Order: sequence, then C-alpha cells, then structure tokens
Amino acid sequence: MSATTTKSRLEQVLKSGHQAVTSECGPPRSSDAAHIIEKGELIKDHVDAINVTDNQTSVTRLCSLAACVHLKLKGLDPVLQMVVRDRNRIALQSDLLGAASFGISNVLCLSGDHQSFGDHPQAQNVFDLDSMQLVQTVRYMRDEQKFLSGDEIKTPPNMFVGAAANPFGDPFHIRVPRLAKKIAAGAEFIQTQCIYNLAKFELWMEGVRARGLHEKVYILAGITPMRSVGMARYLQKNVPGMDVPDELIERLKGVEKKKQSEEGITIAVESIQRLKEIEGVAGFHVMAIEWEEKVPEIVERSGLYPRPKVNG
Amino acid sequence: MIVGEQKPFEEVWNQVKHHKRLLVFGCNTCVAVCHQGGNKEAGVLASLLRMRATQDEVDIEIIDSGIERQCEHEFFERTEELVAGAEAVLSLACGIGVQFMAGKYPDTPIYPALNTTFLGDVPETGVFTEKCQACGDCVLGATGGVCPVSRCAKRVLNGPCGGSNKGMCEISKDTECAWQLVVERLERLGKLDDYEKVQPIKDWSKDRSGGPRSFRLEDFS
Repeated sequence: MSATTTKSRLEQVLKSGHQAVTSECGPPRSSDAAHIIEKGELIKDHVDAINVTDNQTSVTRLCSLAACVHLKLKGLDPVLQMVVRDRNRIALQSDLLGAASFGISNVLCLSGDHQSFGDHPQAQNVFDLDSMQLVQTVRYMRDEQKFLSGDEIKTPPNMFVGAAANPFGDPFHIRVPRLAKKIAAGAEFIQTQCIYNLAKFELWMEGVRARGLHEKVYILAGITPMRSVGMARYLQKNVPGMDVPDELIERLKGVEKKKQSEEGITIAVESIQRLKEIEGVAGFHVMAIEWEEKVPEIVERSGLYPRPKVNG
Repeated sequence: MIVGEQKPFEEVWNQVKHHKRLLVFGCNTCVAVCHQGGNKEAGVLASLLRMRATQDEVDIEIIDSGIERQCEHEFFERTEELVAGAEAVLSLACGIGVQFMAGKYPDTPIYPALNTTFLGDVPETGVFTEKCQACGDCVLGATGGVCPVSRCAKRVLNGPCGGSNKGMCEISKDTECAWQLVVERLERLGKLDDYEKVQPIKDWSKDRSGGPRSFRLEDFS
C-alpha cells in the first residue's frame, strides 16, 4: 500500500505494519463536552485513534466535529464519523475543511441510520451523496485539491479515509464485491460491523483475500463486548445486519447474571485472539457502547498493549 | 400514475363548512384508479358532507360533479357554469389539479380533498406502491430497472446500506430493500459485474432542488 500521506496516527500505525486499535465514543446530548473528554482520557493510552459518532441512531447530540476537536486538543487522534443523512455536499465539504483546520486527520464515511429510528422521525433527510460518494469526495478534495465543483482548494483537507463494511449484511454474496467497490471509491481503511459470527467473518475474509482486497485496504475487525444475555438477545433480534449466533447466547445464559458482563469481556478477548491470526485483519475497532472503561482491559488481555509509538 | 389518498373527513369538513354553496369536484383519471378522487368518490364524499351538514344544522348547498382531468383547460368546457356558480370548490384531484383550478378560477377558493401521496403503480388490485420521484435524471438503466431514488429510504445510489435485512429495509419489515432487488435483477440479467461500477454523484439540480421544472414543445408554441 502507498506511503503515509496524512498526519494520522492510525495511518502511521497501520503502515508501519502493526495491528491497529481504535475505539469509539458517542458525544453527549448536551453542550457540555466534559463527558466525552473523560471517555477519551480513559482510553487514550490503549488506542491509536478514537472514532466519534455522528448523531448515531439519528438522535441529536453534540456534533461529531466539535467533539473531535475536544479530543484532538487532549492529544488524541480522532476519527471524524460523517453521515450523509443530515448534510448536503456543501455542508460536508465545509465540515471537512473545518475538521482539517483543527488537524483532524481521519474520517469515516457512513450513510447513517434512517431518521425514523431517532428523536426526530419527522425530519427531512438529505442523502445528497451516499457513503461511497462521500469517500470519493474526500479523496478528490485531498488528492486533486479541488471541490466537487472543480474549484481549486489551496490547502486541501489531508485526511486518511475510511468506510464501514458489514460482512453480515444481506445479500451476503455481494459483501465482497461491495468492499471492492468501496476500495475503488477510495477507502483506505475499513471498520467492520461487530463480529460475533466468526465463522461467517472468516468466510468473508476468504473472499476478500481471494481478490487480494486485503492488500488494498486496512481492515479493522469490529468488536463489541456483550454486557448481558439480554443485550445479546436484543442485538440478535432487533438490530438489522447483526449476526449473533445462538451458541453465544447459550454461553452467556450458562453464566450467573452477575458474571455475564465479565464473560462478555472474555468472549471479546477470545474473538480478538482468534481474529488476530486471520490474514488480512489489520487491527481492531473496539466499540464498548457506554462501557468505554472496559476498553483498556480488553486491549491488555488481548495482547495489544502497549500501543506502538509513532510520530503522530 | 399519480396516487392520492383522501384526507381525514374532519379535516375536509373543517375546510369547507363555512361556505354556502360548495362544488365537490372529482378528477376521473389517475386518482380515480386508486378509488380516492374520481367522480364516483366525489359523489360519495358529497353525500357524507350533506349528512354532516344536516347533523350539525349547517346551511350549505352541496353539488357534486367531475371531469376527466383537472389539469388541462379543454376538459373544463362542459362544467364552466357549474364551477362559476359555486362559492367554493372541494377538488378531489391531486395537487396539480387543485392548483390548475386555483389558477383558472382566481376568485374561487379551491380546497384539496386528497393528500397527493406518490407516483406509483398497481401491482395487484387495491395495492398502490411508489415507483418514481421524478428526479429528472433517470438511473434505471444502471440499476436493473429498480429505482433506488424512490424505493430506497436513503436513496443511496451505491447500495445496499447496512440496514438491509433478509431482503427488507431497516425502516419496516413490510418495505422491500430496493438494493436487494437491484442485485437480484442484475444477477438475473447476467450483469452482476455492473454492481461494482461506482454510481457517480447525482446532479440533483434536475430534481426539486433546482426549482420548479417545466418544458415547452417548440413546435406547439
């Protein structure tokens, strides 16, 4: 893959051949950023970069860009998540310039959940671009030094560009072609949906390797620890594109309630250990939803600590 | 065709109850197919309004009629007198017909009896589904004849998004995932390789975003 192009610590870790670790924080539903700064401080030494979600599940929150700035000022390497649901190409490009002006060097391009899931189901949605076209847009701005209009950008946003992939979405047989399409659009790193069905993920990775896609993009495997059997059941039944095998539910059920969260952490650690051995897995995206304090433990027990030092 | 649905009766009644001589006026083409706005439905709605007027002891004369299309001048010829004699018109046309009448009869209040809902088809008797958003720049040639602009809740041009689940959309278990349909159709046509072509960023200036659209046939002007 190409030489380092941005000031992203994540990019440097990946390009120096280390398995990367990223995590994720959701901004608060308030104008007080203290909470997200605390979350960042909690995990800062155990991750290379930290994603900041963009009004996730379509619930209005402090904006991803401002939260990224707060974390950047604390010395973290934030990954600006951008959904195309709420902003048109003018606003998206404007926010990319704004983010770059604060030295934010990573962006993750997403569609965004439909607004009917959130707190403003009556809202208009935008979808001027789709997530793949946002990837193209960031690459175009960075590499061609132009806006989509063709106008020149004197100082372009120098961003490491990521996209999401869901190996478990339907239809399964287009999941590898879909990754190829995202790479063709310009994605440099991929963070996957939470992996619980390891066998299916391995099958997807086989397809990825068969086409040599793992040599064209860094794939970070998504890990979310289960806090309880209730959470596992909820994810299995209610979250589209989430594949939670019955065996996992049985395993959690077999443990007394008080110890289920501990078992969830152990399962996450075991998953990472198994996934580490898969050719083409370039790192891990540990999403401990509202449970960020557990990230250090997962990272340490998985043998991913200490994090490599790079010139971030 | 254009599909509409009748507004809740209370809303209709509240719009017109203060008038003394009301014409309830059907439009017998698109919205007649979905049994919401045709001349027959105008008759039924007029009866319901008369009953309500009697019940509420409101003095209002209600006449019902209709024409083939409320969006072209020539169809109005037979009913000119009827419209001219009405104090107000309750139109069962789509929003186009209502506006056409408002423009044609500038001194007469025209009220909508329908909500214009979508451009759709009739896949089976009594079922109407949205199929087009008139985006002004058709992509059906690249998507196997399935429109992602009107049939995908996020109108993604490079789908499916992560919310596609067993062929259905994340917004409802009754809504098909348009991109599942695109993929199936491309496969059937032996064109699955086309799936990997990144669809370019769309020019939405040809859509509603670019302002009201029109065109003129030069030969006719």
